Amino acid sequence: MDFQVVVLAGGTSKKLVPLVSKEVPKALLPVANRPVLSYVLEQLELSNIKDLIVVVEGADAALCVGGWISAAYVDRLHVEVATVPEDVGTAGALRAIAHHLTAKDVLVVSGDLVSDVPPGAVTAAHRRHDAVVTAMICSVPVSGLSEAGSSGAKDKTKKPGRYNIIGMDPTKQFLLHIATGAELEKDTRIRKSILRAVGQMDIRADLMDAHMYAFNRSVLQEVLDQKDKFQSLKQDVLPYLVRSQLKSEILINGAPQGQQAKENGNDKVSYRILANASTPSFHELYALGPNGSAPVRRTHKCCVYIASNSKYCVRLNSIQAFMDINRDVIGEANHLSGYNFSAQNNIIHPSAELGSKTTVGPHCMLGEGSQMGDKCSVKRSVIGRHCRIGSNVKVVNSVVMNHVTIGDGCSIQGSVICSNAQLQERVALKDCQVLSLSTSVFLSLSSNEYL
Amino acid sequence: MDSRRSSRAVIDPKVRQVGFFTSAPLPPDRTQSDPPDPIRSPPLADASSPGNSLSPVMIPPPRHPSDSLLRLPHSPSDAFPPPSPTTTTTSLGDFSDDVTAASSPPPAAARVRGRGSSVKQQGAASSFPGGGFEVPPSVKAPSSVPASGLTTVSVVKLPPGISENAGGSVSVEVQSDRALNSKPLKEKTSKAERRAIQEAQRAAKAAAKAEGIKTPAVTALANAKSAKSTKPSPQRNDSAVVVAASEKKGGDRSVEKDRKKDVPHPRMQYDDKSRVQKLKKRSVVKPTEARNRVELFRHLPQYEHGTQLPVLQSKFFQLDTLHPAVYKVGLQYLSGDICGGNARCIAMLQAFQEAIRDYSTPPAKTLSRDLTAKISSYVSFLIDCRPLSVSMGNAIRFLKSQIAKIPISLSESEAKATLHSDIERFINEKIILADRVIVKHAVTKIRDGDVLLTYGSSSAVEMILQHAHELGKQFRVVIVDSRPKHEGKLLLRRLVRKGLSCTYTHINAISYIMHEVTRVFLGASSVLSNGTVYSRVGTACVAMVAYGFHIPVLVCCEAYKFHERVQLDSICSNELGDPDSISKVPGREDINHLDGWDKSENLQLLNLIYDATPSDYVSLIITDYGMIPPTSVPVIVREYGRGQLWIYEECDPLASPGRCSDAVFFVDGLIFYPSQHLVLSFWFPDRPPSGLNNDLLERSDNFVTVAENGNFTNFEL
Repeated sequence: MDFQVVVLAGGTSKKLVPLVSKEVPKALLPVANRPVLSYVLEQLELSNIKDLIVVVEGADAALCVGGWISAAYVDRLHVEVATVPEDVGTAGALRAIAHHLTAKDVLVVSGDLVSDVPPGAVTAAHRRHDAVVTAMICSVPVSGLSEAGSSGAKDKTKKPGRYNIIGMDPTKQFLLHIATGAELEKDTRIRKSILRAVGQMDIRADLMDAHMYAFNRSVLQEVLDQKDKFQSLKQDVLPYLVRSQLKSEILINGAPQGQQAKENGNDKVSYRILANASTPSFHELYALGPNGSAPVRRTHKCCVYIASNSKYCVRLNSIQAFMDINRDVIGEANHLSGYNFSAQNNIIHPSAELGSKTTVGPHCMLGEGSQMGDKCSVKRSVIGRHCRIGSNVKVVNSVVMNHVTIGDGCSIQGSVICSNAQLQERVALKDCQVLSLSTSVFLSLSSNEYL
Repeated sequence: MDSRRSSRAVIDPKVRQVGFFTSAPLPPDRTQSDPPDPIRSPPLADASSPGNSLSPVMIPPPRHPSDSLLRLPHSPSDAFPPPSPTTTTTSLGDFSDDVTAASSPPPAAARVRGRGSSVKQQGAASSFPGGGFEVPPSVKAPSSVPASGLTTVSVVKLPPGISENAGGSVSVEVQSDRALNSKPLKEKTSKAERRAIQEAQRAAKAAAKAEGIKTPAVTALANAKSAKSTKPSPQRNDSAVVVAASEKKGGDRSVEKDRKKDVPHPRMQYDDKSRVQKLKKRSVVKPTEARNRVELFRHLPQYEHGTQLPVLQSKFFQLDTLHPAVYKVGLQYLSGDICGGNARCIAMLQAFQEAIRDYSTPPAKTLSRDLTAKISSYVSFLIDCRPLSVSMGNAIRFLKSQIAKIPISLSESEAKATLHSDIERFINEKIILADRVIVKHAVTKIRDGDVLLTYGSSSAVEMILQHAHELGKQFRVVIVDSRPKHEGKLLLRRLVRKGLSCTYTHINAISYIMHEVTRVFLGASSVLSNGTVYSRVGTACVAMVAYGFHIPVLVCCEAYKFHERVQLDSICSNELGDPDSISKVPGREDINHLDGWDKSENLQLLNLIYDATPSDYVSLIITDYGMIPPTSVPVIVREYGRGQLWIYEECDPLASPGRCSDAVFFVDGLIFYPSQHLVLSFWFPDRPPSGLNNDLLERSDNFVTVAENGNFTNFEL
């Protein structure tokens, strides 16, 4: 289909700092005991995309990611890993690999996207309109929501945050305005020319950019070449393309329309027949001269694909998101995890050992070779491989990674415990992140601290 | 009728000399007797085959290369001088002169000319092989790129073909490709061998024919395949004798077969459950069928429109074998971005052009067969998206016949260049030039002070109105529109912008507005051979009201949209649109009383797309062959509907009479140049034929055919 796929796997994100480390870059963070990158790769594989370029920031991270991919996907995918220096941003990463891009369009996916939206939907919308860029947007995840009503979730008084302000045309096909990052705090400024051309604009604050873009390759390369200040796709390139859509500065050398019309008489007629037969978008109307003669203004189209509400689509870009995704993947969005759930709606690996009177509730996952003592209770949590958990331990709404040792009588709520951590007896953790590397915890901790 | 026939028979030889004959219905005995007895008398021939199918209509029929080869040498040179560089002045003529000068003796030259500009293209392509098409750089480049920064960490070890198939895509193409794959493997005999076998069989058959059909078994070859040839079916023997014809037919037949395999029958009955199941299995889009369907229209395909687009979109990467351009067009059909017969046809052909440009014949396959299969798979995909229109069907038939005609000896790049130019020619001549001719004809029917009514948005009618306006005619336009598409609004917008004075109304007001109207111009999706006009729903209503008010109804339709089918109503063949679009009024939430209607068992919505206007209500059909009454449609279909291309040249014979020295003029506006083969142009019937220089006509020793209600009479000048 003449598409190339680039997965931006990132490096060691600052936002996720207690969880990620040199050994565990962001892409390999476990979500339901699988690296988060595997969700993207599998979704792509499901769509019959076999050739990928994975871009990783930092050489160490690239080594880790590359090693993992080659172990997990040998014979299944043709993956190439590109290493870019840290802190070049998403635009910088694409600039670094621009010479490898040859296809007509490029699909750029963030490596931390956990979603079941078929990528083909984005690319199809892109092709249908001959767009310069098509962005997938999804509704803002409601964080902390859990229908079980456990205490951990209720205490959080988090309202859905604002990620983007997105303006669309009434048909919800074209992107007219997008505000990200720092712009959110300022007043929203909308171009008059765009508003006048469209006539009506829907402005939504409950949607967010899911960081899956289809770009016209030549346009992307041109923008990256000319604007070398651009750091991020999301904050620089996309808003720039959206802003300038009615006074396009880019040369579309694929020449979707416009240029063809001038070639000769017959082509012009067939072009006119085609153009008249379809309902013109506001771009075409705007491009036309005052009396409907040949196009005088250059425009390009920026499209959106809105993921339907029934689809799951969240980015793992904060610790909260990490918790939410872990919970959802073994909970309501469990078709994503790729595991078979038991009748009790949980997954207990056959090699896991459970003590007597230990209960593992629904929406839980117990990894391979883990041992649990007596009278434990696990609710809505993920426990990794080869963990040793003493007796009388309560684990609620938490993520326990691999090789963790938890002493007797611990109570863990809403926390993340990274690999190789050790918890002594009677430790109570609430909303914490416990760093790995043989940290031993003696104290009881609460609310958003990490070691 | 009989007397007419005999009169025609008298001038028959002359007709034949200039190459007027029909090729397909030729009775075999004629062809047989032709070479040894060239100056044979037509009455005799007629007697030998009474009731033979030589049509009484003397419009220049399609010629077959072999026929012109046989006949041209006998033409008296004084009446029709053999083509020579001095007489040919058109660009086409120039070109074929080159060919003639280059290689061939006169008979061969005639043949070359018969094939007209396709030869031109081949020649051009061969002179710089591969020049026309640049092979795009391989997409899979990254693996071969010097790995600066890219490390391949995971490789698919399976060969690419297998891995694609293993992708689990449920596409028709893969299956059909496999089928094709296995076939050539089975018969691994070389092409030359197979050819030799065929030739042998053919010779044997011819011999059998010569001996008489008494001993067919004797001719049986020791070949394994001889079983077929022993069948004493007279049809087969005929086709064996008319070698050229049989070859052509054979090609067509295989094409037909391919199409039957892949494409659902255009008039498939969708209330037949088993067939629908079968179809669904092959379908790419996997539509879910609508539940509440109107009883009378159950035989038509109706799907839930909301579900199709997302399914198709999510399949984007699975449909590997589809060309992106074709996919895009399909998506645009499905989403309604492109509608209208001409636009859909042009979009499809341009997509095919791109697909052919990027096509490369896989090893161990022949271009013509593999490409035909490929096109068939594209077509079935497009049908999944939206049922084909007649215009598209005709265009596809044309394309497939062009593919089948490609000689095996042609190199791939040349063949692709030929096809590319063929498609280009089809678009230019069948659609764009045809529209231009229609405009020229139709403008003559617009007088100052007219009030013209049109319905919906027809590209031809729009061009007519704009051209008439540019000519400075004073008239007013009434645009009648209807829900749910509101196509008229777009037309209105464009016309008003051009400065035409317009009235816009909905079809509800048709009987009121018809009082002030003096002419009705309508577009058509198709014109069927009983004169029925198949067009956007509502057209029949407009035509009927106009008929009631005794206002002439002029239907503008390019001849490539004509179809030999006969249809009496709009029920048996139609298309159902999205029922939601008639139940919902966009922007009017307050009157959406039918929300959730599909849950109700006893409500069925009917959104028909087309209707059929009986020919009674149509005064005139304006087509690229002139203005004809609806009763003459079968003539056009019969004479021109064989997929051949004509090259029109817009020439005014009065302006340049010298060029018309050997032309045949028809009163319906057609000019035929026998010596230049295929070159046609138009003159304008409103200028009386007497305006032509009479001695010119005498000198050129031609004749005029007069068309009246489809019955054509010839008389010599």
